[in-house]
Amino acid sequence: MEWLYMTMPIAGVNIFWPGLIILGLGVGIIGGFFGLGGAWMVTPGLNILGFPMAFAIGTDVAQMAGKSLISTLRHGRFGNVDYLLGITMLIGTIIGVEIGAQMVMWLERIGQVDKVVRWLYVVLLAVIAWIVFTDVVKRRQKERKAKEKNVEVDKLASGLDWGTRLQAIHVPPMIHFKQAGVYCSMWLPICVSLFTGWLAGILGIGGGLIRMPALVYLVGCPTHLAVGTDLFEVAISGLYGAASYTYKGRTELIAAIIMLCGAAIGAQIGVVATKYVKGYGIRVVFGLAVIGCLISVLLKLLSAEFPSAGALLNTLATIDVLGFVSAISIYITMCMVKGAQAEIAAKKLAAGK
Amino acid sequence: MKKMRRLWTIICCCALSLPLLAPSLAFAAKAEITIVADTRFIDNSILHWWAQMYNNSHLAFALMTMAIIPILGGFLGFVADFFMKMTGIDLEHRELAEK
Repeated sequence: MEWLYMTMPIAGVNIFWPGLIILGLGVGIIGGFFGLGGAWMVTPGLNILGFPMAFAIGTDVAQMAGKSLISTLRHGRFGNVDYLLGITMLIGTIIGVEIGAQMVMWLERIGQVDKVVRWLYVVLLAVIAWIVFTDVVKRRQKERKAKEKNVEVDKLASGLDWGTRLQAIHVPPMIHFKQAGVYCSMWLPICVSLFTGWLAGILGIGGGLIRMPALVYLVGCPTHLAVGTDLFEVAISGLYGAASYTYKGRTELIAAIIMLCGAAIGAQIGVVATKYVKGYGIRVVFGLAVIGCLISVLLKLLSAEFPSAGALLNTLATIDVLGFVSAISIYITMCMVKGAQAEIAAKKLAAGK
Repeated sequence: MKKMRRLWTIICCCALSLPLLAPSLAFAAKAEITIVADTRFIDNSILHWWAQMYNNSHLAFALMTMAIIPILGGFLGFVADFFMKMTGIDLEHRELAEK
């Protein structure tokens, strides 16, 4: 079974390469479906496969750029990417990440960085999960009320209407993001991305996990557009991250390339699945993924607080991440297969008539 | 016109991402630990060349990575798209609905 292992030329570690393809496939599916980079799942995965942590992060970032590019191209063909909105948000993201990075330096100087970053991450994930599920409940309430009045709720309506309220603030220059169907002040996406970039900079993450819900709830983007536009940003920030980590000598490109082979297939499955799942379907599963991520971060925090149970808690955190990734990937694949089967069957039926 | 717009988007993205690179490059210059790839046990000539390039210049290695990732991503995306089209699914249209 020696052929299943490959020596990585830079890290010098012997890696089970089919594991890299499986990992790429999983992150491709989830990333394409939610518009995430997926660092929270890939980095521990690479670490489990045998990569030292520094190489795990760098390699993850490199594959993230390629994988997000594949997903962006696919989403783009569906019309799910608003490039103008993505570029506008990039301005805020760049400044926000820099402010966040400077803040991390300041926190380092006062010796508070670990504590602040860890707890901020927990609070942020809890808030995102709360927003997602509150939105779902509110949308159901709206539907119930509409049913009582014998009217139908608009198919693009959300439970939480923060986006519409923020769009109503008319501070020039006003921009019409045609693809996303959003007419708002240019400052809205810039301020939102400044905020999400700042958070991403402090937490040291790509930011997809924050930006996707921010696009939906603060900018007022339809879910599918938020997923595609976010991936466009992840692709660009991933490329920057890849350059940065590679220059520091922490990227194993061979591993990233092997992962990309799996991710290319996974991204197709994830993106095509969004065609058959409505916006709220994506939001609910996204909320569950955030809860999975939250549990894993909490377990890691506990392992740092209680070193005697550290090994057990770390193992539980890994099981949690892999369990959630597998379950969500299988669910998305099933959605895609069922949807495709129904579409092909309908086409055949139409052709037979 | 559509192609020109796409090209313009790509150029804008590259230009906008450049300022991001500058602070990190400066930061990387201060790194104290230098990792060296052990090329003594690499038999494959391509992998050997790749590891040797890493040892010789991290900048060349980074530039190469920056070129390979998007090109390979684009290529693999194109290939996967080609096979996906063969399934007969409509890959150009979708219904935009929240529920």
